[in-house]
Amino acid sequence: MIKLTTPVTNNDIEKLKIGDNVLLSGLIYTSRDAAHKRLKGLLDKGEELPIDIRGQMIYYVGPTPARPGKIIGSAGPTTSYRIDPYAPPLLAKGLKGMIGKGPRGEEVIEALKRYKAVYFVAVGGAGALIAKCIKKASIVAYPDLGPEAIRCLEVKNLPLIVANDCYGQDLFKEGVKRYRK
Amino acid sequence: MRKIDTQKITEVVKRLCMEANYYLGDDIVKALKKAQRIEESPIGKEIIKQILENSQIARKEKLPICQDTGFVVVFLELGQKINITGGELYEAINEGVRQGYRSGFLRNSIVKDPLKRENTGDNTPAVIHTEIVAGDKLKITVAPKGCGSENMSEIKMMSPSDGICRVVDFVVDRVNRSGGNPCPPIIVGVGIGGTFEKCAQLAKQALLRTVGIRNPDSFYADLEKRLLEKINNLGIGPMGLGGRVTALDVFVETYPCHIAGLPVAVNIQCHAARHKEAVI
Repeated sequence: MIKLTTPVTNNDIEKLKIGDNVLLSGLIYTSRDAAHKRLKGLLDKGEELPIDIRGQMIYYVGPTPARPGKIIGSAGPTTSYRIDPYAPPLLAKGLKGMIGKGPRGEEVIEALKRYKAVYFVAVGGAGALIAKCIKKASIVAYPDLGPEAIRCLEVKNLPLIVANDCYGQDLFKEGVKRYRK
Repeated sequence: MRKIDTQKITEVVKRLCMEANYYLGDDIVKALKKAQRIEESPIGKEIIKQILENSQIARKEKLPICQDTGFVVVFLELGQKINITGGELYEAINEGVRQGYRSGFLRNSIVKDPLKRENTGDNTPAVIHTEIVAGDKLKITVAPKGCGSENMSEIKMMSPSDGICRVVDFVVDRVNRSGGNPCPPIIVGVGIGGTFEKCAQLAKQALLRTVGIRNPDSFYADLEKRLLEKINNLGIGPMGLGGRVTALDVFVETYPCHIAGLPVAVNIQCHAARHKEAVI
């Protein structure tokens, strides 16, 4: 089990290989379809992003509302391929990790190699379990997007699996190959 | 005529929305425990362990099993001797969804328009399928459907000459192309026959069956077993990272069809397979 704390460096990323179990702590940002579309719009116009993504991780999640007195509701990952068109330009800007579920396209796997970054899988449909690892949550951009607003989360020991590393390896392809009959 | 007030219907739908999202069915829990035993991949085993832990936390703390609390699909079996009083039936159901999602702290995931994409803010409207049946009872099934698995579903208008082999190939190929996207271990609902829209509905209705229960027609029971074996031989495994357990079960539902047609629909359901029912 590898313990990792954000922000991360290229040195941290180089140590991670597909299949590694990681416990992630520190601050991470949330963003999914609608917020990514806005971030990409800003990059296209050459404008500043509302968050500093250098050395950071983006978690693809739209949580359920928190009950009174609670930090957050259920908060598991959403499917990542929908974010594929938006990911490479963010990686070019210094993003070091993405957390979601499901495989990534070739352009993302290539960008992970080029910019030294990783893609982690969290267990989809384990939103209540993951909520236990979230210690603080606040909206930092696009509150009008509701569940899709960009949040800053403080996480402690968030359980993740390295699915794509910075060497171009893909656990989805390797894992399935191993068990296919 | 037996009278049922819309207020009662709203209350029941509200309760079912919350219960479906907090309490994973006993059949799914049992199937996941079996999957945990037979899974050979260490990563897969750990994933199933987390899924089971998650269901316990959700149950205890009344937290949604999954943050995608879904599009509410409602199946009504409305006895023809019932007189609905106090308002409109569909509005009563949508009011139940509205109240259930607000007071249950469930996520609003519905947009008003598929291309303009503005959130309705209360998770309405529901998709409602009504069947008029004999008797004076109203059966309400609430099945919140997440979109990660819904996006991996497909319908194909096959040709009668394609036969059972090509039907099997289509279903297995659909699961194969879905890979880790729909949150495996999945449940596969297959509709065969009917018309274009009937077939899709059969596939969705198939997902309401209890895990482990086979189609009463032995021909289709065998087809379900054959499909399950082929799907689990794909090696996709929990979350698509490789393993023995890709699907917990496969359910086939059929309907008569046209001499020129063979529609086949595959509706994929993630492991957070949620449906609760009540009879009024």
